[in-house]
Amino acid sequence: MRPFGYARVTDADSAIAMVQESRDSAFLAGGTTEVDLVRQNVLRPALLVDINDLPLNRVEELPSGGLRIGALARMSDVAQAAGVVERFPMISQALLQGASAQLRNMASMGGNLCQRVRCSYFRDVTSPCNKRDPGSGCAALSGFNRGHAILGTSDKCIATHPSDVAVALVALDAVVHTRGSRGERAIPIDDFFLLPGDTPEQEHPLEHGELITAIEIPATPIAHQSVYLKFRDRESYEFALVSVAAALRVADGVVAEVRLALGGVGTKPWRARRAERSLLGQPAQEASFAKAARQELSMATPRPLNSFKVELAQRAIVRALTTLTNGDAR
Amino acid sequence: MSGFIGQDVSRVEGPGKVSGSARYSGEIALPDLAYAEIVGAGIASGRITSIDTAQAERAAGVAGILTHRNLPKVNQVPLVPSLMGGPAPGETFFPMQDDLVHYAGQPVAIVVADSLERAQHAATLVQVSYAESPSVTTIDQGRADAYIPEKIFGGFVPGQMQRGNVDDGLAGADLRIDAAFRFAANHHNPIEALTTTAAWDDDQLTLYDSCQGIKAVQLTVAALLGMSLSKVRVLAQYVGGAFGCKAMVWPHVTLTALAAQYVRRPVRLSLPRGQMFTSCGHREEQEQHIQLGATRNGKLTAIRNHKISVTSPFDDWAEPAFGVASQLYACPSFEGVHRLVRGNTMTPTFTRGPGEALGVFTLECAMDELASELGIDPIELRLRNITDVDPNTGNPWSSHGLRECYERGASRFGWAGRNPKPRSERDGNWLIGTGMASAAYPVAFFMHTQRARAHLYADGTAIVQTATQEFGTGTATVMTQVAADGLGIDLQNARFEYGDTDLPTAGSPVGSNGAMMISAAVHNAASALRDQLIALAVADSQSPLHGTDPARIVVSGGRMAVADDAASGETYTSLMQRHFMNDAEAIGSWDPPPLDTPYGLLTFGAQFARVAVDADLGIIRVRHMTGAFAPGRILNPRTARSQLMGGMIWGMGQALLEGTHMDTTLGRWANASLGDYLVPVNADAPDVDIELIEVQDDVVSPLGVKGVGEIGQVGSAAAIANAVYHATGYRARELPIAVEHLLAPLRPDLAVPRQDAQPTAR
Repeated sequence: MRPFGYARVTDADSAIAMVQESRDSAFLAGGTTEVDLVRQNVLRPALLVDINDLPLNRVEELPSGGLRIGALARMSDVAQAAGVVERFPMISQALLQGASAQLRNMASMGGNLCQRVRCSYFRDVTSPCNKRDPGSGCAALSGFNRGHAILGTSDKCIATHPSDVAVALVALDAVVHTRGSRGERAIPIDDFFLLPGDTPEQEHPLEHGELITAIEIPATPIAHQSVYLKFRDRESYEFALVSVAAALRVADGVVAEVRLALGGVGTKPWRARRAERSLLGQPAQEASFAKAARQELSMATPRPLNSFKVELAQRAIVRALTTLTNGDAR
Repeated sequence: MSGFIGQDVSRVEGPGKVSGSARYSGEIALPDLAYAEIVGAGIASGRITSIDTAQAERAAGVAGILTHRNLPKVNQVPLVPSLMGGPAPGETFFPMQDDLVHYAGQPVAIVVADSLERAQHAATLVQVSYAESPSVTTIDQGRADAYIPEKIFGGFVPGQMQRGNVDDGLAGADLRIDAAFRFAANHHNPIEALTTTAAWDDDQLTLYDSCQGIKAVQLTVAALLGMSLSKVRVLAQYVGGAFGCKAMVWPHVTLTALAAQYVRRPVRLSLPRGQMFTSCGHREEQEQHIQLGATRNGKLTAIRNHKISVTSPFDDWAEPAFGVASQLYACPSFEGVHRLVRGNTMTPTFTRGPGEALGVFTLECAMDELASELGIDPIELRLRNITDVDPNTGNPWSSHGLRECYERGASRFGWAGRNPKPRSERDGNWLIGTGMASAAYPVAFFMHTQRARAHLYADGTAIVQTATQEFGTGTATVMTQVAADGLGIDLQNARFEYGDTDLPTAGSPVGSNGAMMISAAVHNAASALRDQLIALAVADSQSPLHGTDPARIVVSGGRMAVADDAASGETYTSLMQRHFMNDAEAIGSWDPPPLDTPYGLLTFGAQFARVAVDADLGIIRVRHMTGAFAPGRILNPRTARSQLMGGMIWGMGQALLEGTHMDTTLGRWANASLGDYLVPVNADAPDVDIELIEVQDDVVSPLGVKGVGEIGQVGSAAAIANAVYHATGYRARELPIAVEHLLAPLRPDLAVPRQDAQPTAR
């Protein structure tokens, strides 16, 4: 393990100042991904600033019906919070299907949004990887890419965004609150995740040393009945092949309101806007669901080993929407 | 006998493992211990053009760095399986003897520092430059150059075998099945990584090594380093799982010894998980092409199976796929051929049910297909082909039990009344299917003489010793039971001591042989000591047993007495005290029956699985598994069941999850981590139901023990694949069976164009 400095701070301003001081410094929250990557020499910080003592771990139910989740709230606490379970079941479901119980007890919500990709080439420092080493190439393009993305890809990077809960947050139009040298910002979550394009090393629009303080979710009545369905090879402790966060309101047999986002298939948590547009005003039936799914996935760029995800994602969307219309969700 | 054998005894080493007092090889505290880290080759084929260690040498805490430039030359030692009792290197190649690179991850340098983290860091500072040459790492790349080896599996199995005339058998058949299967490579991945701690005391070497055979380690390291066996001592009490990857002795063990010699202090090497994929063998990527011929009433006329797989540049290694497959059923003809592709990988090795697990998978999937074609129940088809003799030799089975396995397994599972039609049962979104397969695994007699020492103190307590190790199978527990029964003392008065090459010789427990061969030696040692003390008693005029026929004396609770008169005798303690004996001791040994023993030697079983397949999404979950096995005498039903259950779940992993995939551009495994190499987790583990069928076997060993090490995995994957067919109508042709294989067959109505360029999708 490469030697690095470690500091523990108790207030946000000190943390921000310390990280901003050097390009090679970084925040350390739960550390469930970061410490692995430091061990694997993928991340090479000079200083890790431990922010776990910052008072950012509350889950607040807002009077509006929304929710404000502190950046340091642990995944397991958020999953069990009454306001989350009642108002946004898809968030609770997404959290409980992510990682393992041990990791959820440690991993923070802000860290979850910042987690790095699981692409094995990114994590192996001897492989070419544009995200880790810009300009070195992408081994996944022609390599073992079964788990890789089919949406939002570029010829520089096809790594899948691994988060489950971020998929639900994207479906719910959450807002990421940050604090940096220029004060506080509120970033719509869809803008918080950048497509790889030509700069896969840039994953978020954050300045160096800008700290996530909270995630705010606006009141979303249709989310009271929502689902997060995750499909994977094994029953637990695996990233999604495809996952779907969905909420639906049907009035007079037609879709009146819908939220749909996909995990496991995009280079970012994927809001399925085409599918949403396609569904509005259509009969809440399997045929409409399948058509909407087909439209969303028509944008896919599959590779030989992950082409199955195009079909799998469509069937997963249909399953999620059918689950909601059948009243099987809560 | 007092009857501890066969009792449900909890693990004697359990409290130590649970409390943490049990020390594994990586937990041995030695003064001045240093830590080693291997630098693995970053290319699959080529030559090292330069190694710059200057920066690494300057790093904090570094004690020394070895490369091919300064590592001493070692002896060349042939690859012979450790079971046979000689030196057993995992591959004939030894790294860092020259500048050639044969496979990715091959050790090119070993860095030693005063802490693990410092060694890891310094290892990243070693700069290696290569001249890379083209590599071959998959069957597809090397298929054109495949060859049939004379011998495989460490030179003790012929590359091909034949019985009768398969062409005639196929030509004369009413029905033929022809199916080709692809199997991903597998890695063992025990949770305890391979770990060696090496310490020199002058010219004496002590190794603490996580292995399946301390004697094999002693023999191998001594042979490679040209040392006297008396100067190499190997210790390993607790080993955290093995599954075959600790059966052979891999280069890192000797490298650690050489590193300790170089830095003149004890050195520990624990392989990082990533290097577990390039340091201790694997199950080779393989394909099998099976052809069956059968009569209209289901009698087999021919079985042909051709296998092709990837081996290393140095060794003709293929796991033998046709032992069980050629013996399981009455069939006039059989042909099995192994073909090999030389690839840039390390030499593959024994992996959970080596060879037979996949050979039986192929046969049992083909049998299921045959049953469907003929409209015969799968069990009935097997019963029509069951044989009471080994079809290869005509010899009777040493013990059988396969019929009982079918019957009792089927009854427990609820097989009767099964609707054979695929897609005939549904539970919400899930298609439900059931499948079965036969299981069998060889009982092999390749081991050398096994020895144990029994030592009884005058207070009535005993230690029984042999040079084996506990790698999670329950050896320490069952041998305590065997020792107590052999001596006729209570279980709490017997202690089984193991894990040191200074103890009497035992072979490596591999190939499901551990319980059979070690129990034989332990039983014989304990019995010899009992007989010695009985002889003393009957010759002693002061003993109440004076003049009694020794054959009439039984011992129980440490008291010798005439069989039907418990009050008649005296205790070991009183006898020994009267003779001023502090203790008594005996060595027991056991030689296996000869290789040409006129019996067919297999352990039999039957496997059943119920699966659920998501009707749209192709997700497969196993809901229930039943296994019925006839492994001879059961020493301890609890540890036996645990091993069998583990095997069955490994079979599930093989069927549905496990696969190591080669990146042919980089020439190395693309998913070398436990995050990417999937094994079943608890949430996947179904309800596993096990039936133990005791068969008496007077051939295999004094106690009639056959073994449960591997039989649990054999047939398990086939039962699942057959259940997937029953649920969906889809015949799996590739393991692991994946979502992508099922999407099109499940919904042929959704004819979405697919881009599958490569058939191997996992």
